[in-house]
Amino acid sequence: MSDELLTEDAERPPDPPPGDGIPNVGTARFQALTRAYGFIGPIGTTVLAFFMGGLVVLVTGHNPLSVYRAIFNGTGLNWFFHVGNHSARIPFSTHHMWFPWDTASVAAQNLQQTLLLTAPMMLTGLGLAFAFRCGLFNIGGQGQYLIGSYVAVWLGTSFVHLQPFAHVLLCLVAATLAGALYAGIAGFLKATVGAHEVISTIMLNWIAIWVGSYLLGDGGPLQNTTQKEIPISNNVVDGAKLPVFWGLKELQGLSIGIFIAIAMLVLYWLLINRTTFGFEVRAVGFNADAARAAGISVARNYVLAMGVAGGFAALGGAIDILGWEYQVGPGDVQVSEVGFLGLAAALLGRNTAVGVGLGALLFGGLINGTSGRQLDPSIFPPELAGNLATIIQGLVVLFIGLNLGGLAVWYRRRRRRSA
Amino acid sequence: MTATVARLASNGIAGARTVGIVGIVLGLFAFWFALPPLHTRTTVLPVVVGILAIAAGIWAFSRSEHRLGGGAVVSGVLGIVLALMAVQSSVSHLNEVVVWSALCSSMLVYATPLIYAAIGGLYSERAGVVNIALEGMLLTGAYFGIWADDFSHSWIVALLVAMLAGAVLATIHAVWSIQFKVDQIIAGTALNFLALGITGYLFIQHYGDNGTPGNIDQYGIPDIHINFIKNWYFIGPIFGQLNLMIWLSFALLIGTYLFVFRTPYGLRLRSVGEHPRAAETVGISVYKTRYIAVISSGAIAALGGAYLSTGFDHSFNQNMTQGYGFIGLAALVFGKWRPFPTFCATLLFGFSSALAIRLPTAYGQQWGTLFEALPYLLTLIAVAGVVGRSIGPAASGRPYERQ
Repeated sequence: MSDELLTEDAERPPDPPPGDGIPNVGTARFQALTRAYGFIGPIGTTVLAFFMGGLVVLVTGHNPLSVYRAIFNGTGLNWFFHVGNHSARIPFSTHHMWFPWDTASVAAQNLQQTLLLTAPMMLTGLGLAFAFRCGLFNIGGQGQYLIGSYVAVWLGTSFVHLQPFAHVLLCLVAATLAGALYAGIAGFLKATVGAHEVISTIMLNWIAIWVGSYLLGDGGPLQNTTQKEIPISNNVVDGAKLPVFWGLKELQGLSIGIFIAIAMLVLYWLLINRTTFGFEVRAVGFNADAARAAGISVARNYVLAMGVAGGFAALGGAIDILGWEYQVGPGDVQVSEVGFLGLAAALLGRNTAVGVGLGALLFGGLINGTSGRQLDPSIFPPELAGNLATIIQGLVVLFIGLNLGGLAVWYRRRRRRSA
Repeated sequence: MTATVARLASNGIAGARTVGIVGIVLGLFAFWFALPPLHTRTTVLPVVVGILAIAAGIWAFSRSEHRLGGGAVVSGVLGIVLALMAVQSSVSHLNEVVVWSALCSSMLVYATPLIYAAIGGLYSERAGVVNIALEGMLLTGAYFGIWADDFSHSWIVALLVAMLAGAVLATIHAVWSIQFKVDQIIAGTALNFLALGITGYLFIQHYGDNGTPGNIDQYGIPDIHINFIKNWYFIGPIFGQLNLMIWLSFALLIGTYLFVFRTPYGLRLRSVGEHPRAAETVGISVYKTRYIAVISSGAIAALGGAYLSTGFDHSFNQNMTQGYGFIGLAALVFGKWRPFPTFCATLLFGFSSALAIRLPTAYGQQWGTLFEALPYLLTLIAVAGVVGRSIGPAASGRPYERQ
């Protein structure tokens, strides 16, 4: 837990030259290899994690193939395979058009739920990814997500007479800013006194959880006004709800939150790869000392990167509230895992925009497919399946940390020593 | 010990350190006056004593006793504010909540899992491996402890199995962070998920909807009855009947202090965490030391989990540790990676949990939840360095590359 910011560290061994462990390769071939590994690594990790999860299922006396098939059917991703001749309503109008898929099937409803869960995971994943690019491990996505949902529920349940578009915009922007400020605390502490961001964001996570339990709990300021014995907030007013474009609003249809999340993936890519700010962030992330020597303010980038990261995660909380949850209680706050699922998604996606999106889709599908609502209990009990999802999440994070290059170095060293 | 005595003696009676400590105690007194059994109903006394505490704090702070001085100022301000709140509140409500002996005994109960977690973390972090998987290790110990207890009807077997399970989990952490040089935060996070998933899965698979085995209280870790002090004023209700694991945690604490700071092995452990290259140069095996430290860290943390399930709750439910591991980590940071300050931090956090449980009976649910957040808030302030900054071992979190 030392402060890398303040102390020059002469003891740290120099980073191994690129390509160490992959001997005798030309630069072009090496680049091709690393690029290929960018895809192969995450896919291999996922396969390995699901394989080991399957072993757990097998050892405990279930058939892993039928379990995974049931989970897959619960995700609704099988929807894409049922191509036919259907008509679909054009969103926000009464017109219909020809469409290759049936938009009202059970699989379609399952897919809506998967995408509803995917959107906030994309955003909490971006929360980790952006800070990671700056060399900060933002483990506080969960807390920032919660802060975003508190602000959204607070503003969404007040200002009843506001114009709908303005109301939604107010909620989203205010939640994003609140999350940015909240995460900015950790960035500020890192930049000024060198407090390790992992410790401070873990603390901020738990503070957010308990503050939420206070705000939404019995007698708390955000508790509902009609039933004083139930610790849950009011429902967000209709004007503040995100429009549902697929499925029925009453049946938790898919809101436009998924488009907000995808737009943020694009924004993330633009910010990181096409702006000066993103360049500075990456420079600090690669080597803070070199960046400082080049005249980049490391402290400023730490604060801003944490702020942007917190903004992403908090926006995830806001679209969850405005998109389908509409209200939140202390129980939801205590068991929510979205931030940590986003963390796993971002690590799996190697902090690239596309990777985070696909990683979030994987975990969104996994969580939805293993939920009691989707999984057939006669094949596999949903309580077990939920834990299976957590095991797979853990295995993914465990194996993604092991990069094959590092393993190759270790293996070669060992062989050399024994020889 | 001699060093501590010498340090106290060199400071003299009016040393800044002493003044700082007096300030903290005065701040506590300011609050205490307004509580049972004294029940001062006037605001003058607490305010005067509180201001004295703040003055002592500022005096000590200006003589570069930052942590103690700052602590005294905080203690004085809190003392005044809390005392004013207590004076506003009715005597019957105060009597209901503030039963000192009950508060202190539940403080010990809540602090015990934190002590095991924090001391487990201390071994690992002193050797230079960040362990945020403490939560997972507690949970593993909790499940496997109660499973073994149910299986063997023996709490000794339960403790051994719990330690073994925690050590296995810690071995993964060790291999990943020491051998493979994976980011230690990522490895720890992964293990937390894995422990949560595996214990939940096995629990549902084994016990299902029937819940935990009902007869654990017969085979659980026993309480120690000390009959002759049971009727003593104040001490009797606290220490008369405590769980074996609480006494064991005191022994572990003292043992840890002696081992880490008073033996050559402890010196090696710390040197590996502070400057691994130098340690390797004088012939200490960095990898071996770190392996032993991390694995024993898991075994110790798992004891805390076993206490929670087999000693205290006599049951298990999914994710039952609910952040105890992270509060333990917070206590370790708050106590600056040293055994006795860490112990004091666990007591403080345990007291805050005890208050959080008792407050709602008289004042409503929402006051308790804010006290649950207190440990995290205090730790955030501690790492922020407002009152003496917490800085960990120098090589902590950094993989060591052999040369």
